[in-house]
Parts: sequence; structure tokens; C-alpha cells
Amino acid sequence: MKIREVARLMGAEVLCGEESLDLEVTRAFAADLMSDVLAMVQEEGVLLITGTVVPQVVRVAEVMSMGAILFVRGKRPSAATVNYAAEVGIPLLATDKIMFEACGILYSRGLLPAKRKALPRENGPRD
Amino acid sequence: MAPATKALYKQVFPVKSDLESAGKVSTEVRRILRSLGVEPEVVRRAGIVCFEGEMNIALYTKGGRIILIVRDDRVELLFSDRGPGIADIDLVKQPGYSTAPDWARELGFGAGMGIPNMEANSDRFAMYSRVGVGTVIRATIFRRCHETCGGNRAPGT
Ligand SMILES: Nc1ncnc2c1ncn2[C@@H]1O[C@H](COP(=O)(O)OP(=O)(O)OP(=O)(O)O)[C@@H](O)[C@H]1O
Ligand SMILES: [Mg+2]
Repeated sequence: MKIREVARLMGAEVLCGEESLDLEVTRAFAADLMSDVLAMVQEEGVLLITGTVVPQVVRVAEVMSMGAILFVRGKRPSAATVNYAAEVGIPLLATDKIMFEACGILYSRGLLPAKRKALPRENGPRD
Repeated sequence: MAPATKALYKQVFPVKSDLESAGKVSTEVRRILRSLGVEPEVVRRAGIVCFEGEMNIALYTKGGRIILIVRDDRVELLFSDRGPGIADIDLVKQPGYSTAPDWARELGFGAGMGIPNMEANSDRFAMYSRVGVGTVIRATIFRRCHETCGGNRAPGT
């Protein structure tokens, strides 16, 4: 799904990355816990849907080569965070919708969930 | 372990015990690895390992440093910090174990998955710690470039 379409469906404000709105996000992963994003996302170009607005969210998205970030629940990152995202080329969107509604709409419009990587030891023998 | 080949690149990054800048080293390491032409999959894994190690130094210690060494056949990340140290290494390697304070959880961290995730993204992973002194972690990622450049496999695999 094009980032522009995500923004439209969410009635989202585009905080940065206006020039990248015609790029596609492959799938989506929704979490407030950055630990989970770091441990579970495996593809590149994934849309991160989150209510966490600390500067590290953009760094996590960068490290995980994610396609864009959608902030939910009316949360807005600081201006410094937005500037950093603009610098490294990660589009930021912000919607007032709660995470459940945002996910429901995007899923119903065909955006697929990211595949979850098994946790370390999840598939191993239980001890 | 096979003797390491000559270092092509080495850099030391200080890591402060503050959250403002936590994550900077990882993004810098990724940029360096990419500019050296390191395979994308190795860059990705090294970025994740570095970020988790960097966050832990920023969150739990009085500061430390990360050393990046790039060799022909591997990327090494050495993390060291000035304490408090870890009493039970087996325990922190278990997914879910965390002593993260509430403020860290509010920032979206503290699920107890960082160290297991570092281990899962490394080919070799060693941790040493002394309570009251500090912790050292060595993570090694082999640059096996399978499909693309024909079977340059990691030693011992
Ligand atoms: N460098 C360190 N020095 C001292 N204690 C550490 C250090 N790194 C980790 N720890 C301890 O090990 C625990 C587990 O670390 P780990 O990175 O696996 O999870 P976490 O940091 O709690 O959560 P997450 O990384 O998932 O956000 C930490 O809660 C902390 O108590
Ligand atoms: Mg951690």
C-alpha cells in the first residue's frame, strides 16, 4: 500500500517525508514496545504503527529498515525527532485514531500483517 | 575458533549513560558498514546487535564504549561498560528477564529481549561480567555471502 493511501485512510497529518508518499509499505507491525519491533520484524519496508514517540522509535525504524511510521492516539514526536526522521528519510504520519481502529482500517483495506520472527528459543526445547 | 583475519576497519565509539543520544552509534555503525560494502544482511544483523547493546549501556550502566572491527570474513562488535555488572549471565540471556525501571518501559523498552536478540543475531556471542566492575560482550557476525558470491562459509559451520 502506498504511504499516501495510509495517510488518506488515517486522516493523518504528514509530519515529514512528503516526497516519499508514493513509496509502498510492504506490510505492517503495530506495537508500543520497541523491544518487540527489534526482536520480531524481519522484512524491510514495513509500516510501524505505534503510540510511542521517543526519539529511539525513529532509530529503531532506521535500524530495521522500515518504510514509514504511523503514530496513533494523537501522539506527536518532538520537533527534533521529526527533523531526524526527515534527515534519514523515514516518513512520519500522525493520526488521532487509536491503534485498534488504525489497524482495523488498514487491514480491511488489504495491508497485510508483518511476519513475526519466532522469539529466540521459542522453537527450542522448553527447559 | 579460526584465527581472525586482519582488521580492515576499526573504530571506537563512546556511549554515554543517557537516553538522549542512545541509538546514535548503531546508525553510525550501519552507515560505516554499508560504505565498506558489507553484505546487507550482515549490516542488518550488526545494526540490531549494536542497537540492543547500546540501549543496555545507556539504560543500565555508568557509560561505556563500543568497538567496531570489520574483517574480511566477519564483523565484530565489542561492548564494554563501567558497571554495575551482571550477577547471573544465564538469567539475563533468558527471554523476558528484565530489571528495567518503569521509566524505561514507558519509553518502549524493557521486555527482556535485548540480550536474547543480540545472541540470535550473532554467530558467536560471549558475555563476561563482574558485579561492581562492568560487563563485556563480544558479538561476531560472519560475512558468509552464500547465493551472491558462492559459498564463502563461516568456519565451524
Ligand atoms: N550492560 C549491562 N550492565 C548491567 N546490567 C545489564 C546490562 N545489560 C543488561 N543488563 C541487565 O539484563 C537485563 C536484561 O537485558 P535485556 O537487554 O535482555 O532486556 P531489557 O533491556 O530489560 O529489555 P529490552 O532489551 O527487551 O528492551 C536488564 O533488564 C538488566 O537488568
Ligand atoms: Mg535491553
